[in-house]
Amino acid sequence: MPAFCRDCLTTFETAPRRCTACGRPRIAAHPELFSLSIAHMDCDAFYASVEKRDNPELASKPVIIGGGRRGVVSTACYVARVRGVKSAMPMFQALKLCPEAVVVRPRMEEYVKASAAIRKMMQELTPAIEPLSLDEAFLDMTGTTALHGAPPAVMLARLVKRMKEELGLTGSIGLSHNKFLAKVASDLDKPRGFSVIGKAETNQFLTDKPIGLIWGVGAVAQGALDKAGIRTFADLLRWERQDLTARFGSMGDRLWHLARGEDRRQVSAHAPVKSISNETTFFEDTSDADVLDGHIWRLAEKVSDRAKARDLAGRVVTLKLKRKDHSALSRRLSLREATQIADRIYRTARDLFDQSGPQGPYRLIGVGLSDLVRAEESDLTGDLLDPKASTRAKAERATDTIRAKFGKDAIVRGRSLR
Amino acid sequence: MKLSIERATLLKAVSQAQSVVERRNTIPILANVLIEASGDHASFRATDLDIEVVDRVTAMVERAGASTVSAVTLHEIVRKLPDGALVTLTDDGASGRLTVEAGRSNFSLTTLPKEDFPVMATSEYTSNFTASAMTLRRLFDKSKFAISTEETRYYLNGVYMHVAEGDGGQKLRCVATDGHRLARIDADLPTDAGDMPGVIVPRKTVGEMRKLLDDDDAQIAVSVSEAKVRFATPNVTLISKVIDGTFPDYTRVIPSGNTRKLEVDATEFAKAVDRVATVSSERSRAVKLALDEDRLVLSVNAPDSGAAEEELAVAYGDEKLEIGFNAKYLLEIASQVDRENAVFLFNTSGDPTLMREGNDTSAIYVVMPMRV
Repeated sequence: MPAFCRDCLTTFETAPRRCTACGRPRIAAHPELFSLSIAHMDCDAFYASVEKRDNPELASKPVIIGGGRRGVVSTACYVARVRGVKSAMPMFQALKLCPEAVVVRPRMEEYVKASAAIRKMMQELTPAIEPLSLDEAFLDMTGTTALHGAPPAVMLARLVKRMKEELGLTGSIGLSHNKFLAKVASDLDKPRGFSVIGKAETNQFLTDKPIGLIWGVGAVAQGALDKAGIRTFADLLRWERQDLTARFGSMGDRLWHLARGEDRRQVSAHAPVKSISNETTFFEDTSDADVLDGHIWRLAEKVSDRAKARDLAGRVVTLKLKRKDHSALSRRLSLREATQIADRIYRTARDLFDQSGPQGPYRLIGVGLSDLVRAEESDLTGDLLDPKASTRAKAERATDTIRAKFGKDAIVRGRSLR
Repeated sequence: MKLSIERATLLKAVSQAQSVVERRNTIPILANVLIEASGDHASFRATDLDIEVVDRVTAMVERAGASTVSAVTLHEIVRKLPDGALVTLTDDGASGRLTVEAGRSNFSLTTLPKEDFPVMATSEYTSNFTASAMTLRRLFDKSKFAISTEETRYYLNGVYMHVAEGDGGQKLRCVATDGHRLARIDADLPTDAGDMPGVIVPRKTVGEMRKLLDDDDAQIAVSVSEAKVRFATPNVTLISKVIDGTFPDYTRVIPSGNTRKLEVDATEFAKAVDRVATVSSERSRAVKLALDEDRLVLSVNAPDSGAAEEELAVAYGDEKLEIGFNAKYLLEIASQVDRENAVFLFNTSGDPTLMREGNDTSAIYVVMPMRV
């Protein structure tokens, strides 16, 4: 059975118990080890790891990354996870489980920097990288063995080794024959994991697994499947393809394939962005129209900045509001023409807010842009009833130029100070 | 209640009723049509709480009374009955059913209590006048394409009917706009309409009201108050709430200083626009107009699908101009022209453009250009 040492990368025909070259025990061995080429790389507790790296005092302490007492846990380090702290858990609950945890405010710039450094290392391996977020990505390494002089498995182990040595960050690798299984594999022995799911073992591996394993099958979908008596992959295998499709639509067809370990999705370097949105949770619930207006503007500006950076514009503006009891309302409006102008997004979101009625106080507000098109197809026609709109758009473009040159705070709208 | 009606007459009344009722509503009675029979007439009443239509038709009434049944179901049944059939509607008042009989067909429909049927409150109208069906048809047909569908600017979701100073005195005027285009249509002011308050007639009402205007010679009794508008023929009465909002000051929007004048055969123009727009991008539908000395070149350049160009002989004597428009908007306004040439008045490529038919200022259209 082919094998190699994950520390010194020496390869073996048959797996030794310990590496004969460096003596360490981290040996990866699998019959299909050197023939599989679809991988998923997932950093281990990424935000927390960056914080621990930059502040060694935190190394052995439970660390939670999240915003304020009102926020939710965005990442918890493994020390905190042992205590039951999970991502997306409300902060108060996390602190009940782990009162001595150090809560750190996220420093997005640092994470973006670290992510870019990892991305650069991945690009040396293959051009087919599909990032899912800052800390995870699919890699298609098919046909790269000759180029690198080593099979994908070895190159991936080398990638995480470099990440550890050069960036002080660890990651886990899942290697398989498609994206679905690669993602499942990367999660199998975190942290610092290296898991392989081969073609031959696929069906046996899946059979007793819960269908919640499938990325995108959330609580709601699980509920629906549960009603149909589908809890595990074995349950799923008992269904005919047309019955699944009839009952669950396009998801049913996907499930039928996944049940057989089939996933034809390509690793795509340019997965299309479907929407752009930003939201903020307040320190104190508020129904103050002025305060909310200030937030709507800042969020609209953020969304607009991101759209402009990607050369995108959107036709649908969405306003999201969450009340104290976590009940949410979402209002959307289709514009006749796509826009990327902050002023336009703001005014539309503001109209939606005005029409949502006095239902506050709110704890969260969000603004989003979707139904995206290329920027050149946006903001083409002026508004007869708002002749100043084009003047404001011009002012915004000029502001953008100034900010690009002198920094983000060189010029701001008075409105954004509210 | 028991009455018999000729199928065609019944179909007309029920089809108007079923188009007024809301397809999706939470109040069951609103899906029903209220049938009332007395003397030698039957009336069919339907409402969505914003619009109420009452159609009064001649019927053989055997037993006076009233009943309510699903407008959509009754319409479906009557539609499928053979032409020329005599339809008998019976409600014994006790079984909670309305039977529909025609020839050998027999249906029994569940009814809802007639007392639950909401009848729109009668109100005082401040203005009552008569207008010909032809006049109203022109006013609304030529303006309705510009009604906005954007819900945040709800006050644009209808046609603004009001009295305004036009060419040669006071006019009955209809205006609609969605911010990209605007239509302003004038008609001679009917007697007694002078003190009419301006009202925004909702899109759905415009559509329903249009069904009363097919007969050229019909005279329509129009009544208007701040909150409601009423259109009536001898048989059909339509009452609608109007949009509670302020229509924007559209007069600021209509350009008065546009001097570059293009005159073109509207049909030829529309055909050419339609042809070149075939390759334009699905979303933007942008068409470029290049004008120079009696020559108009229409062109489309869409990176994804290709390019097209067509030249038209036109009357144009001003400075060169290149200006872009949404093809759909050009087609819509060009199709409003039915007698003479279309006259376009441009300013710059960024300013609103005005279009009218020959020198007739009783119907003008404004369209916003598009960056191309």
